[in-house]
Amino acid sequence: MNPAPTARLRGELTTRHREPVSFFCTGLTGLATLLILAMLGLILANIAWHGAGSLSPRFIFGSADRDMFDPAKAAVGPMVFGTAARVILMTLFVIPIGVSTAIYLTEYARGTSWWTRGLRSAVNNLAGVPSIVFGLFGLGFFVSAVGGSLDALIYPGNPKPVWGKPALIWASLTLAVMTLPVVIVATEEALRAIPVGLREASLALGATKWQTVVRVVLPQALPGILTGGILAVSRAAGEVAPILFTGVAYYMASLPRSLTDQFMDLAYHVFVLSTQAPDVDKSRPILYGTVVVLLLLTFALNVVAILIRARVRRRLRQLG
Amino acid sequence: MASLSPTVRLQPPAPTDVVTVAHPELITLDRLSLWYGAAQALKDISFGIRERLVTAFIGPSGCGKSTLLRCLNRMNELIEGVRLSGTVRIAGQDIYAPGVDVIELRRRVGMVFQRSNPFPKSVYENIAYALRLQGVRRRRELDEVVEKSLRAAALWDEVKDRLHASALGLSGGQQQRLCIARAIAVQPDILLMDEPASALDPIATAKIEDLILDLKRDYTIVIVTHNMQQAARISDYTAFFYLGELIEYDTTARLFTNPARKQTEDYVTGRFG
Repeated sequence: MNPAPTARLRGELTTRHREPVSFFCTGLTGLATLLILAMLGLILANIAWHGAGSLSPRFIFGSADRDMFDPAKAAVGPMVFGTAARVILMTLFVIPIGVSTAIYLTEYARGTSWWTRGLRSAVNNLAGVPSIVFGLFGLGFFVSAVGGSLDALIYPGNPKPVWGKPALIWASLTLAVMTLPVVIVATEEALRAIPVGLREASLALGATKWQTVVRVVLPQALPGILTGGILAVSRAAGEVAPILFTGVAYYMASLPRSLTDQFMDLAYHVFVLSTQAPDVDKSRPILYGTVVVLLLLTFALNVVAILIRARVRRRLRQLG
Repeated sequence: MASLSPTVRLQPPAPTDVVTVAHPELITLDRLSLWYGAAQALKDISFGIRERLVTAFIGPSGCGKSTLLRCLNRMNELIEGVRLSGTVRIAGQDIYAPGVDVIELRRRVGMVFQRSNPFPKSVYENIAYALRLQGVRRRRELDEVVEKSLRAAALWDEVKDRLHASALGLSGGQQQRLCIARAIAVQPDILLMDEPASALDPIATAKIEDLILDLKRDYTIVIVTHNMQQAARISDYTAFFYLGELIEYDTTARLFTNPARKQTEDYVTGRFG
Protein backbone atom coordinates (compact mmCIF):
# COMPACT_ATOMS: atom_id res chain seq x y z
CA MET A 1 0.00 0.00 0.00
CA ASN A 2 1.15 3.50 -0.76
CA PRO A 3 2.07 5.68 2.18
CA ALA A 4 -0.33 8.53 2.91
CA PRO A 5 0.00 11.37 0.35
CA THR A 6 1.35 13.91 2.83
CA ALA A 7 4.05 11.58 4.10
CA ARG A 8 4.96 10.51 0.57
CA LEU A 9 5.08 14.11 -0.64
CA ARG A 10 7.25 15.20 2.28
CA GLY A 11 9.63 12.37 1.51
CA GLU A 12 9.82 13.34 -2.17
CA LEU A 13 10.28 17.01 -1.54
CA THR A 14 13.18 16.42 0.82
CA THR A 15 15.02 13.99 -1.45
CA ARG A 16 18.22 15.58 -2.65
CA HIS A 17 18.77 15.28 -6.39
CA ARG A 18 22.43 15.17 -7.20
CA GLU A 19 23.30 16.16 -10.70
CA PRO A 20 26.99 15.58 -11.35
CA VAL A 21 26.82 17.00 -14.89
CA SER A 22 25.19 20.21 -13.74
CA PHE A 23 27.68 20.54 -10.91
CA PHE A 24 30.59 20.00 -13.28
CA CYS A 25 29.30 22.56 -15.83
CA THR A 26 28.70 25.20 -13.16
CA GLY A 27 32.25 24.69 -11.98
CA LEU A 28 33.63 24.92 -15.50
CA THR A 29 31.87 28.18 -16.38
CA GLY A 30 32.91 29.63 -13.04
CA LEU A 31 36.49 28.63 -13.69
CA ALA A 32 36.45 30.33 -17.10
CA THR A 33 35.17 33.53 -15.48
CA LEU A 34 37.88 33.36 -12.86
CA LEU A 35 40.52 32.88 -15.56
CA ILE A 36 39.42 36.03 -17.34
CA LEU A 37 39.44 38.00 -14.11
CA ALA A 38 42.90 36.69 -13.30
CA MET A 39 44.25 37.66 -16.74
CA LEU A 40 42.80 41.15 -16.52
CA GLY A 41 44.19 41.54 -13.01
CA LEU A 42 47.59 40.28 -14.11
CA ILE A 43 47.77 42.69 -17.04
CA LEU A 44 46.70 45.69 -14.98
CA ALA A 45 48.99 44.78 -12.07
CA ASN A 46 51.94 44.33 -14.40
CA ILE A 47 51.36 47.68 -16.09
CA ALA A 48 50.76 49.51 -12.84
CA TRP A 49 53.81 47.92 -11.20
CA HIS A 50 56.18 48.97 -13.97
CA GLY A 51 54.49 52.21 -14.94
CA ALA A 52 53.49 53.82 -11.67
CA GLY A 53 57.02 54.99 -10.99
CA SER A 54 57.21 57.24 -14.01
CA LEU A 55 53.82 58.88 -13.43
CA SER A 56 54.05 62.52 -12.44
CA PRO A 57 52.24 65.69 -13.48
CA ARG A 58 55.33 66.63 -15.51
CA PHE A 59 55.25 63.28 -17.33
CA ILE A 60 51.52 63.36 -18.07
CA PHE A 61 51.11 67.01 -19.03
CA GLY A 62 54.62 68.17 -19.90
CA SER A 63 55.68 68.83 -23.49
CA ALA A 64 57.54 66.13 -25.34
CA ASP A 65 61.30 66.33 -25.59
CA ARG A 66 63.11 65.67 -28.84
CA ASP A 67 64.86 62.83 -27.06
CA MET A 68 61.75 60.81 -26.34
CA PHE A 69 63.63 57.85 -24.87
CA ASP A 70 65.32 59.51 -21.89
CA PRO A 71 63.33 58.83 -18.71
CA ALA A 72 64.59 62.05 -17.16
CA LYS A 73 63.19 64.24 -19.94
CA ALA A 74 60.33 62.21 -21.40
CA ALA A 75 56.76 63.55 -21.16
CA VAL A 76 53.55 62.65 -22.98
CA GLY A 77 51.46 65.85 -22.76
CA PRO A 78 51.12 66.31 -26.53
CA MET A 79 50.22 62.64 -26.92
CA VAL A 80 47.46 62.96 -24.32
CA PHE A 81 46.17 65.98 -26.20
CA GLY A 82 46.38 64.27 -29.59
CA THR A 83 44.62 61.09 -28.48
CA ALA A 84 41.89 63.01 -26.68
CA ALA A 85 41.43 65.28 -29.69
CA ARG A 86 41.16 62.49 -32.24
CA VAL A 87 38.72 60.50 -30.09
CA ILE A 88 36.47 63.48 -29.33
CA LEU A 89 36.49 64.62 -32.96
CA MET A 90 35.67 61.07 -34.04
CA THR A 91 32.68 61.08 -31.69
CA LEU A 92 31.40 64.28 -33.31
CA PHE A 93 31.49 62.54 -36.71
CA VAL A 94 30.37 59.05 -35.83
CA ILE A 95 27.39 59.83 -33.58
CA PRO A 96 25.35 61.92 -36.07
CA ILE A 97 26.10 59.64 -39.02
CA GLY A 98 25.62 56.41 -37.08
CA VAL A 99 22.42 57.56 -35.40
CA SER A 100 20.98 58.80 -38.70
CA THR A 101 21.74 55.48 -40.34
CA ALA A 102 20.13 53.56 -37.49
CA ILE A 103 17.04 55.79 -37.64
CA TYR A 104 16.77 55.14 -41.35
CA LEU A 105 17.17 51.40 -40.89
CA THR A 106 14.67 50.98 -38.05
CA GLU A 107 12.12 53.71 -38.70
CA TYR A 108 12.01 54.26 -42.43
CA ALA A 109 13.45 51.34 -44.39
CA ARG A 110 11.17 48.40 -45.06
CA GLY A 111 12.54 45.55 -42.99
CA THR A 112 12.15 42.84 -45.58
CA SER A 113 13.44 44.55 -48.71
CA TRP A 114 16.69 43.41 -50.31
CA TRP A 115 17.99 46.97 -49.97
CA THR A 116 17.61 47.01 -46.18
CA ARG A 117 19.03 43.53 -45.81
CA GLY A 118 21.96 44.52 -47.99
CA LEU A 119 22.53 47.63 -45.93
CA ARG A 120 22.47 45.65 -42.69
CA SER A 121 24.95 43.08 -43.93
CA ALA A 122 27.17 45.92 -45.17
CA VAL A 123 27.19 47.37 -41.65
CA ASN A 124 28.04 43.96 -40.19
CA ASN A 125 30.80 43.43 -42.72
CA LEU A 126 32.21 46.85 -41.92
CA ALA A 127 32.57 45.68 -38.31
CA GLY A 128 34.69 42.75 -39.44
CA VAL A 129 37.21 44.71 -41.53
CA PRO A 130 40.73 44.73 -39.96
CA SER A 131 41.72 48.15 -38.69
CA ILE A 132 44.83 48.39 -40.87
CA VAL A 133 42.52 48.22 -43.88
CA PHE A 134 40.70 51.27 -42.51
CA GLY A 135 44.09 52.98 -42.25
CA LEU A 136 44.81 52.32 -45.90
CA PHE A 137 41.28 53.34 -46.87
CA GLY A 138 41.70 56.58 -44.91
CA LEU A 139 44.95 57.33 -46.71
CA GLY A 140 43.49 56.58 -50.13
CA PHE A 141 40.09 58.15 -49.65
CA PHE A 142 40.32 60.95 -47.08
CA VAL A 143 43.95 62.08 -47.42
CA SER A 144 44.47 61.63 -51.16
CA ALA A 145 41.03 61.80 -52.72
CA VAL A 146 39.10 64.19 -50.44
CA GLY A 147 42.08 66.20 -49.19
CA GLY A 148 43.69 66.32 -52.62
CA SER A 149 40.48 67.52 -54.26
CA LEU A 150 40.01 70.19 -51.58
CA ASP A 151 43.51 71.46 -52.27
CA ALA A 152 42.89 71.50 -56.00
CA LEU A 153 39.67 73.43 -55.42
CA ILE A 154 40.76 75.93 -52.77
CA TYR A 155 44.44 76.40 -53.58
CA PRO A 156 44.86 75.70 -57.29
CA GLY A 157 48.47 75.86 -58.32
CA ASN A 158 49.80 75.69 -54.78
CA PRO A 159 52.36 72.87 -54.72
CA LYS A 160 52.32 72.49 -50.93
CA PRO A 161 49.35 70.42 -49.77
CA VAL A 162 47.17 71.89 -47.02
CA TRP A 163 44.36 69.34 -46.84
CA GLY A 164 45.94 66.62 -48.94
CA LYS A 165 48.27 65.28 -46.25
CA PRO A 166 47.85 63.26 -43.07
CA ALA A 167 45.97 65.37 -40.53
CA LEU A 168 43.95 65.25 -37.31
CA ILE A 169 40.67 65.51 -39.21
CA TRP A 170 41.44 62.61 -41.56
CA ALA A 171 42.56 60.36 -38.69
CA SER A 172 39.36 61.19 -36.81
CA LEU A 173 37.21 60.54 -39.87
CA THR A 174 38.95 57.21 -40.50
CA LEU A 175 38.28 56.20 -36.91
CA ALA A 176 34.67 57.34 -37.30
CA VAL A 177 34.21 55.05 -40.31
CA MET A 178 35.74 52.20 -38.33
CA THR A 179 33.46 52.67 -35.31
CA LEU A 180 30.28 53.34 -37.34
CA PRO A 181 28.97 49.76 -36.99
CA VAL A 182 29.29 49.96 -33.20
CA VAL A 183 27.17 53.10 -33.03
CA ILE A 184 24.66 51.89 -35.64
CA VAL A 185 24.08 48.55 -33.94
CA ALA A 186 23.78 50.08 -30.44
CA THR A 187 21.37 52.75 -31.69
CA GLU A 188 19.29 50.25 -33.63
CA GLU A 189 18.91 48.13 -30.52
CA ALA A 190 17.93 51.18 -28.47
CA LEU A 191 15.36 52.21 -31.07
CA ARG A 192 13.88 48.75 -31.35
CA ALA A 193 13.50 48.52 -27.57
CA ILE A 194 11.03 51.42 -27.62
CA PRO A 195 7.48 50.06 -27.56
CA VAL A 196 5.46 50.31 -30.77
CA GLY A 197 2.64 51.70 -28.63
CA LEU A 198 4.53 54.95 -28.05
CA ARG A 199 5.05 55.48 -31.77
CA GLU A 200 1.39 54.68 -32.44
CA ALA A 201 0.26 57.08 -29.72
CA SER A 202 2.21 59.88 -31.36
CA LEU A 203 1.10 59.08 -34.91
CA ALA A 204 -2.54 58.76 -33.83
CA LEU A 205 -2.35 62.31 -32.49
CA GLY A 206 -1.49 63.58 -35.94
CA ALA A 207 2.29 63.63 -35.59
CA THR A 208 4.37 63.01 -38.68
CA LYS A 209 6.84 60.17 -38.64
CA TRP A 210 9.71 62.61 -38.29
CA GLN A 211 8.05 64.44 -35.36
CA THR A 212 7.50 61.07 -33.71
CA VAL A 213 11.15 60.13 -34.14
CA VAL A 214 12.47 63.42 -32.84
CA ARG A 215 10.07 64.00 -29.96
CA VAL A 216 9.24 60.52 -28.70
CA VAL A 217 11.66 57.92 -30.02
CA LEU A 218 15.05 59.64 -29.89
CA PRO A 219 14.82 61.02 -26.33
CA GLN A 220 14.00 57.52 -25.11
CA ALA A 221 16.84 56.01 -27.11
CA LEU A 222 19.44 58.51 -25.90
CA PRO A 223 20.96 56.28 -23.17
CA GLY A 224 21.36 53.46 -25.70
CA ILE A 225 22.93 55.84 -28.21
CA LEU A 226 25.37 57.01 -25.56
CA THR A 227 26.26 53.39 -24.84
CA GLY A 228 27.17 53.11 -28.51
CA GLY A 229 29.32 56.22 -28.15
CA ILE A 230 31.08 54.75 -25.12
CA LEU A 231 31.85 51.53 -26.98
CA ALA A 232 33.13 53.50 -29.97
CA VAL A 233 35.40 55.62 -27.76
CA SER A 234 36.83 52.54 -26.04
CA ARG A 235 37.43 50.86 -29.37
CA ALA A 236 39.04 53.89 -31.00
CA ALA A 237 41.24 55.17 -28.17
CA GLY A 238 43.72 52.32 -28.36
CA GLU A 239 43.80 51.92 -32.13
CA VAL A 240 47.01 52.67 -33.97
CA ALA A 241 46.54 51.16 -37.41
CA PRO A 242 43.80 53.53 -38.66
CA ILE A 243 45.77 56.64 -37.76
CA LEU A 244 49.16 55.36 -38.90
CA PHE A 245 48.94 56.77 -42.43
CA THR A 246 46.22 59.31 -41.87
CA GLY A 247 47.45 61.74 -39.24
CA VAL A 248 49.78 60.60 -36.49
CA ALA A 249 53.27 62.12 -36.20
CA TYR A 250 56.40 60.54 -34.75
CA TYR A 251 57.47 63.80 -33.19
CA MET A 252 56.16 67.36 -33.27
CA ALA A 253 57.69 70.33 -31.51
CA SER A 254 54.29 71.90 -30.79
CA LEU A 255 50.65 70.92 -30.38
CA PRO A 256 48.43 70.74 -33.47
CA ARG A 257 46.85 74.12 -34.06
CA SER A 258 44.29 73.21 -36.69
CA LEU A 259 42.39 70.22 -38.03
CA THR A 260 44.86 69.95 -40.88
CA ASP A 261 47.85 69.54 -38.55
CA GLN A 262 49.31 66.20 -37.63
CA PHE A 263 49.33 65.10 -34.00
CA MET A 264 51.21 62.89 -31.58
CA ASP A 265 49.36 60.01 -30.03
CA LEU A 266 49.61 57.81 -26.92
CA ALA A 267 48.86 54.49 -28.59
CA TYR A 268 51.26 55.19 -31.42
CA HIS A 269 53.85 56.38 -28.90
CA VAL A 270 53.66 53.00 -27.16
CA PHE A 271 54.46 51.43 -30.50
CA VAL A 272 57.36 53.86 -31.05
CA LEU A 273 58.78 53.29 -27.57
CA SER A 274 58.69 49.53 -27.94
CA THR A 275 60.22 49.38 -31.41
CA GLN A 276 62.43 52.46 -31.87
CA ALA A 277 64.15 52.87 -28.48
CA PRO A 278 67.95 52.67 -28.70
CA ASP A 279 68.15 51.22 -25.16
CA VAL A 280 64.98 49.23 -24.45
CA ASP A 281 65.77 48.57 -20.79
CA LYS A 282 66.47 52.20 -20.03
CA SER A 283 63.28 53.50 -21.63
CA ARG A 284 61.04 50.72 -20.34
CA PRO A 285 59.62 52.86 -17.47
CA ILE A 286 58.45 55.45 -20.07
CA LEU A 287 56.83 52.69 -22.11
CA TYR A 288 54.85 51.42 -19.15
CA GLY A 289 54.09 54.95 -17.98
CA THR A 290 52.66 55.77 -21.40
CA VAL A 291 50.49 52.65 -21.31
CA VAL A 292 49.16 53.68 -17.90
CA VAL A 293 48.35 57.16 -19.19
CA LEU A 294 46.59 55.66 -22.23
CA LEU A 295 44.48 53.45 -19.98
CA LEU A 296 43.71 56.35 -17.66
CA LEU A 297 42.69 58.56 -20.58
CA THR A 298 40.41 55.88 -22.04
CA PHE A 299 38.95 55.38 -18.60
CA ALA A 300 38.43 59.13 -18.11
CA LEU A 301 36.69 59.51 -21.49
CA ASN A 302 34.45 56.57 -20.61
CA VAL A 303 33.65 58.01 -17.21
CA VAL A 304 32.60 61.29 -18.79
CA ALA A 305 30.30 59.48 -21.23
CA ILE A 306 28.88 57.27 -18.49
CA LEU A 307 28.18 60.30 -16.31
CA ILE A 308 26.34 61.98 -19.18
CA ARG A 309 24.33 58.81 -19.73
CA ALA A 310 23.44 58.56 -16.05
CA ARG A 311 22.22 62.14 -16.13
CA VAL A 312 20.10 61.51 -19.20
CA ARG A 313 18.62 58.38 -17.60
CA ARG A 314 17.79 60.27 -14.44
CA ARG A 315 16.11 63.03 -16.41
CA LEU A 316 14.11 60.51 -18.44
CA ARG A 317 12.96 58.79 -15.30
CA GLN A 318 11.96 62.05 -13.62
CA LEU A 319 10.28 63.73 -16.54
CA GLY A 320 11.13 63.58 -20.19
CA MET B 1 -26.35 30.68 -44.73
CA ALA B 2 -27.45 32.12 -48.06
CA SER B 3 -28.96 35.03 -46.24
CA LEU B 4 -25.49 35.71 -44.81
CA SER B 5 -24.13 36.76 -48.15
CA PRO B 6 -21.69 39.57 -47.34
CA THR B 7 -23.11 41.85 -49.98
CA VAL B 8 -26.31 42.21 -48.01
CA ARG B 9 -26.37 45.72 -46.61
CA LEU B 10 -27.56 45.90 -43.11
CA GLN B 11 -28.83 49.41 -42.72
CA PRO B 12 -28.70 50.65 -39.17
CA PRO B 13 -32.32 50.54 -38.13
CA ALA B 14 -33.50 53.69 -36.50
CA PRO B 15 -35.70 53.03 -33.50
CA THR B 16 -37.26 56.46 -33.69
CA ASP B 17 -37.08 59.37 -36.05
CA VAL B 18 -35.33 61.40 -33.38
CA VAL B 19 -32.22 59.24 -33.68
CA THR B 20 -31.89 59.79 -37.41
CA VAL B 21 -32.25 63.53 -37.07
CA ALA B 22 -30.09 64.07 -33.99
CA HIS B 23 -27.56 61.43 -34.95
CA PRO B 24 -27.03 61.39 -38.69
CA GLU B 25 -24.63 58.90 -40.20
CA LEU B 26 -21.06 60.21 -39.84
CA ILE B 27 -18.93 57.28 -40.97
CA THR B 28 -19.96 55.22 -43.95
CA LEU B 29 -18.22 51.99 -44.82
CA ASP B 30 -18.89 50.69 -48.28
CA ARG B 31 -17.79 47.20 -49.34
CA LEU B 32 -14.60 47.52 -47.33
CA SER B 33 -12.18 44.62 -47.65
CA LEU B 34 -8.67 44.38 -46.29
CA TRP B 35 -5.81 41.96 -46.79
CA TYR B 36 -2.64 41.39 -44.79
CA GLY B 37 -0.51 40.01 -47.59
CA ALA B 38 -2.60 37.13 -48.94
CA ALA B 39 -4.81 36.74 -45.87
CA GLN B 40 -8.12 38.56 -46.04
CA ALA B 41 -8.93 40.13 -42.68
CA LEU B 42 -12.05 42.09 -43.61
CA LYS B 43 -14.65 40.92 -46.10
CA ASP B 44 -16.88 43.34 -47.90
CA ILE B 45 -18.06 45.32 -44.92
CA SER B 46 -20.77 47.94 -45.38
CA PHE B 47 -22.56 49.89 -42.70
CA GLY B 48 -22.87 53.35 -41.20
CA ILE B 49 -21.83 54.75 -37.83
CA ARG B 50 -23.98 57.49 -36.32
CA GLU B 51 -22.84 60.79 -34.92
CA ARG B 52 -22.50 61.34 -31.15
CA LEU B 53 -23.47 57.84 -30.21
CA VAL B 54 -21.37 54.95 -28.95
CA THR B 55 -20.95 52.15 -31.44
CA ALA B 56 -19.41 48.91 -30.17
CA PHE B 57 -17.56 46.34 -32.27
CA ILE B 58 -17.79 42.88 -30.76
CA GLY B 59 -16.71 39.43 -31.87
CA PRO B 60 -14.23 36.70 -31.02
CA SER B 61 -10.47 37.26 -31.29
CA GLY B 62 -9.28 37.55 -34.86
CA CYS B 63 -12.67 38.58 -36.20
CA GLY B 64 -11.25 41.80 -37.62
CA LYS B 65 -12.84 44.30 -35.22
CA SER B 66 -9.56 45.99 -34.27
CA THR B 67 -8.43 45.93 -37.88
CA LEU B 68 -11.62 47.67 -38.90
CA LEU B 69 -11.20 50.26 -36.15
CA ARG B 70 -7.73 51.02 -37.42
CA CYS B 71 -9.11 51.57 -40.90
CA LEU B 72 -11.01 54.58 -39.61
CA ASN B 73 -7.87 56.65 -38.90
CA ARG B 74 -5.64 54.86 -41.40
CA MET B 75 -3.39 53.39 -38.70
CA ASN B 76 -3.38 50.18 -40.73
CA GLU B 77 -1.04 51.84 -43.16
CA LEU B 78 1.79 51.45 -40.66
CA ILE B 79 1.79 47.70 -41.23
CA GLU B 80 3.69 46.37 -44.19
CA GLY B 81 1.75 44.57 -46.88
CA VAL B 82 -1.73 45.91 -46.10
CA ARG B 83 -4.09 46.21 -49.06
CA LEU B 84 -7.56 47.66 -49.01
CA SER B 85 -10.57 47.92 -51.30
CA GLY B 86 -13.90 49.65 -50.91
CA THR B 87 -14.39 53.04 -49.30
CA VAL B 88 -14.54 54.63 -45.88
CA ARG B 89 -16.28 57.99 -45.89
CA ILE B 90 -16.33 60.37 -42.98
CA ALA B 91 -18.87 63.15 -43.38
CA GLY B 92 -19.04 62.21 -47.03
CA GLN B 93 -15.30 62.46 -47.64
CA ASP B 94 -13.51 59.32 -48.79
CA ILE B 95 -10.60 59.19 -46.32
CA TYR B 96 -8.55 56.98 -48.64
CA ALA B 97 -8.86 59.40 -51.56
CA PRO B 98 -5.51 60.64 -52.90
CA GLY B 99 -5.89 64.23 -51.70
CA VAL B 100 -6.59 63.37 -48.06
CA ASP B 101 -4.02 64.49 -45.51
CA VAL B 102 -3.55 61.62 -43.08
CA ILE B 103 -2.17 63.99 -40.42
CA GLU B 104 -5.34 66.08 -40.51
CA LEU B 105 -7.46 62.91 -40.56
CA ARG B 106 -5.83 61.65 -37.37
CA ARG B 107 -6.45 64.98 -35.67
CA ARG B 108 -10.14 64.60 -36.49
CA VAL B 109 -10.22 60.93 -35.53
CA GLY B 110 -8.53 60.34 -32.17
CA MET B 111 -7.54 56.96 -30.85
CA VAL B 112 -7.16 55.27 -27.48
CA PHE B 113 -5.29 52.00 -27.40
CA GLN B 114 -5.72 48.72 -25.60
CA ARG B 115 -2.59 49.15 -23.55
CA SER B 116 -2.37 52.61 -22.09
CA ASN B 117 0.61 54.25 -23.71
CA PRO B 118 1.36 57.60 -22.09
CA PHE B 119 4.59 59.19 -23.22
CA PRO B 120 7.37 58.99 -20.64
CA LYS B 121 6.86 62.69 -20.04
CA SER B 122 4.98 64.65 -17.43
CA VAL B 123 1.19 64.55 -17.21
CA TYR B 124 1.14 68.10 -18.55
CA GLU B 125 3.44 67.37 -21.50
CA ASN B 126 1.41 64.31 -22.47
CA ILE B 127 -1.65 66.49 -23.04
CA ALA B 128 0.30 69.39 -24.51
CA TYR B 129 2.12 67.09 -26.96
CA ALA B 130 -0.34 67.30 -29.83
CA LEU B 131 -0.73 71.05 -29.43
CA ARG B 132 3.00 71.59 -29.43
CA LEU B 133 3.13 69.58 -32.67
CA GLN B 134 0.75 72.10 -34.15
CA GLY B 135 3.05 74.89 -33.02
CA VAL B 136 1.05 76.15 -30.04
CA ARG B 137 3.55 77.73 -27.66
CA ARG B 138 1.58 80.18 -25.55
CA ARG B 139 1.61 78.96 -21.99
CA ARG B 140 -1.88 80.25 -21.21
CA GLU B 141 -3.40 78.41 -24.14
CA LEU B 142 -1.59 75.19 -23.23
CA ASP B 143 -2.59 75.49 -19.56
CA GLU B 144 -6.19 75.96 -20.58
CA VAL B 145 -6.32 72.96 -22.89
CA VAL B 146 -4.53 70.75 -20.36
CA GLU B 147 -7.03 71.59 -17.65
CA LYS B 148 -10.04 71.29 -19.96
CA SER B 149 -8.93 67.94 -21.32
CA LEU B 150 -8.13 66.53 -17.90
CA ARG B 151 -11.47 67.69 -16.57
CA ALA B 152 -13.25 66.15 -19.56
CA ALA B 153 -11.46 62.88 -18.84
CA ALA B 154 -12.46 63.04 -15.16
CA LEU B 155 -8.83 63.09 -14.13
CA TRP B 156 -8.25 66.70 -13.15
CA ASP B 157 -8.94 66.33 -9.44
CA GLU B 158 -6.61 63.38 -9.15
CA VAL B 159 -3.63 64.91 -10.95
CA LYS B 160 -3.94 68.67 -10.60
CA ASP B 161 -1.21 68.71 -7.96
CA ARG B 162 1.16 66.54 -9.94
CA LEU B 163 0.84 67.92 -13.44
CA HIS B 164 4.59 68.05 -13.80
CA ALA B 165 5.32 64.62 -12.38
CA SER B 166 5.90 61.70 -14.71
CA ALA B 167 2.79 60.20 -16.25
CA LEU B 168 4.27 56.77 -15.66
CA GLY B 169 3.70 57.24 -11.93
CA LEU B 170 -0.08 57.16 -12.39
CA SER B 171 -2.13 54.01 -11.82
CA GLY B 172 -3.21 51.92 -14.81
CA GLY B 173 -6.70 53.39 -14.85
CA GLN B 174 -5.38 56.93 -14.49
CA GLN B 175 -2.93 56.33 -17.31
CA GLN B 176 -5.73 55.18 -19.59
CA ARG B 177 -7.84 58.23 -18.71
CA LEU B 178 -4.76 60.35 -19.38
CA CYS B 179 -4.57 58.77 -22.83
CA ILE B 180 -8.23 59.69 -23.36
CA ALA B 181 -7.51 63.25 -22.21
CA ARG B 182 -4.55 63.36 -24.58
CA ALA B 183 -6.74 62.19 -27.45
CA ILE B 184 -9.45 64.80 -26.82
CA ALA B 185 -6.97 67.64 -26.35
CA VAL B 186 -6.87 68.05 -30.14
CA GLN B 187 -10.68 68.23 -30.16
CA PRO B 188 -11.34 65.40 -32.59
CA ASP B 189 -14.83 64.61 -33.89
CA ILE B 190 -14.48 60.89 -33.53
CA LEU B 191 -12.86 58.83 -30.78
CA LEU B 192 -11.74 55.30 -31.56
CA MET B 193 -11.16 53.06 -28.57
CA ASP B 194 -9.49 49.69 -28.92
CA GLU B 195 -10.47 47.67 -25.84
CA PRO B 196 -9.64 50.62 -23.60
CA ALA B 197 -10.50 48.84 -20.36
CA SER B 198 -9.33 45.31 -21.04
CA ALA B 199 -6.24 45.70 -18.86
CA LEU B 200 -8.00 47.45 -15.98
CA ASP B 201 -9.62 46.32 -12.75
CA PRO B 202 -13.43 46.59 -12.36
CA ILE B 203 -13.34 49.95 -10.55
CA ALA B 204 -11.07 51.58 -13.11
CA THR B 205 -13.20 50.01 -15.85
CA ALA B 206 -16.35 51.52 -14.37
CA LYS B 207 -14.69 54.94 -14.40
CA ILE B 208 -13.76 54.58 -18.05
CA GLU B 209 -17.30 53.49 -18.89
CA ASP B 210 -18.80 56.47 -17.09
CA LEU B 211 -16.39 58.66 -18.95
CA ILE B 212 -17.40 57.19 -22.30
CA LEU B 213 -21.07 57.84 -21.57
CA ASP B 214 -20.09 61.39 -20.66
CA LEU B 215 -18.01 61.94 -23.76
CA LYS B 216 -20.62 60.80 -26.23
CA ARG B 217 -22.38 64.14 -25.85
CA ASP B 218 -19.51 65.72 -27.76
CA TYR B 219 -17.85 62.88 -29.60
CA THR B 220 -18.76 60.03 -31.87
CA ILE B 221 -17.29 57.02 -30.15
CA VAL B 222 -16.40 53.71 -31.70
CA ILE B 223 -15.25 51.12 -29.21
CA VAL B 224 -13.87 47.63 -29.69
CA THR B 225 -14.56 45.39 -26.75
CA HIS B 226 -14.25 41.79 -25.72
CA ASN B 227 -16.60 42.36 -22.87
CA MET B 228 -20.20 41.87 -23.90
CA GLN B 229 -21.60 43.34 -20.71
CA GLN B 230 -19.55 46.42 -21.44
CA ALA B 231 -20.94 46.70 -24.96
CA ALA B 232 -24.44 46.27 -23.57
CA ARG B 233 -23.87 48.91 -20.87
CA ILE B 234 -22.35 51.70 -22.87
CA SER B 235 -23.13 51.38 -26.57
CA ASP B 236 -26.11 52.52 -28.58
CA TYR B 237 -25.30 50.41 -31.61
CA THR B 238 -23.39 47.17 -31.80
CA ALA B 239 -21.72 45.48 -34.74
CA PHE B 240 -20.94 41.79 -34.44
CA PHE B 241 -18.06 40.46 -36.51
CA TYR B 242 -16.99 36.93 -37.19
CA LEU B 243 -14.02 35.85 -39.32
CA GLY B 244 -13.74 39.21 -41.01
CA GLU B 245 -17.43 39.50 -41.84
CA LEU B 246 -20.05 41.79 -40.42
CA ILE B 247 -22.64 39.32 -39.19
CA GLU B 248 -25.10 41.71 -37.65
CA TYR B 249 -25.43 45.40 -36.95
CA ASP B 250 -28.28 46.79 -34.94
CA THR B 251 -29.19 48.86 -31.93
CA THR B 252 -27.48 47.37 -28.92
CA ALA B 253 -30.80 46.67 -27.27
CA ARG B 254 -32.09 44.65 -30.21
CA LEU B 255 -28.81 42.89 -30.95
CA PHE B 256 -28.50 41.61 -27.43
CA THR B 257 -32.15 40.75 -26.78
CA ASN B 258 -33.49 39.80 -30.16
CA PRO B 259 -30.68 39.15 -32.62
CA ALA B 260 -31.65 38.37 -36.18
CA ARG B 261 -28.95 35.78 -36.74
CA LYS B 262 -28.22 32.53 -35.01
CA GLN B 263 -24.46 33.23 -34.86
CA THR B 264 -25.05 36.51 -33.07
CA GLU B 265 -27.32 34.87 -30.59
CA ASP B 266 -24.80 32.11 -29.91
CA TYR B 267 -22.08 34.67 -29.34
CA VAL B 268 -23.95 37.13 -27.15
CA THR B 269 -25.32 34.33 -25.01
CA GLY B 270 -21.81 33.02 -24.54
CA ARG B 271 -22.21 29.78 -26.44
CA PHE B 272 -19.01 30.42 -28.40
CA GLY B 273 -16.24 32.99 -28.71
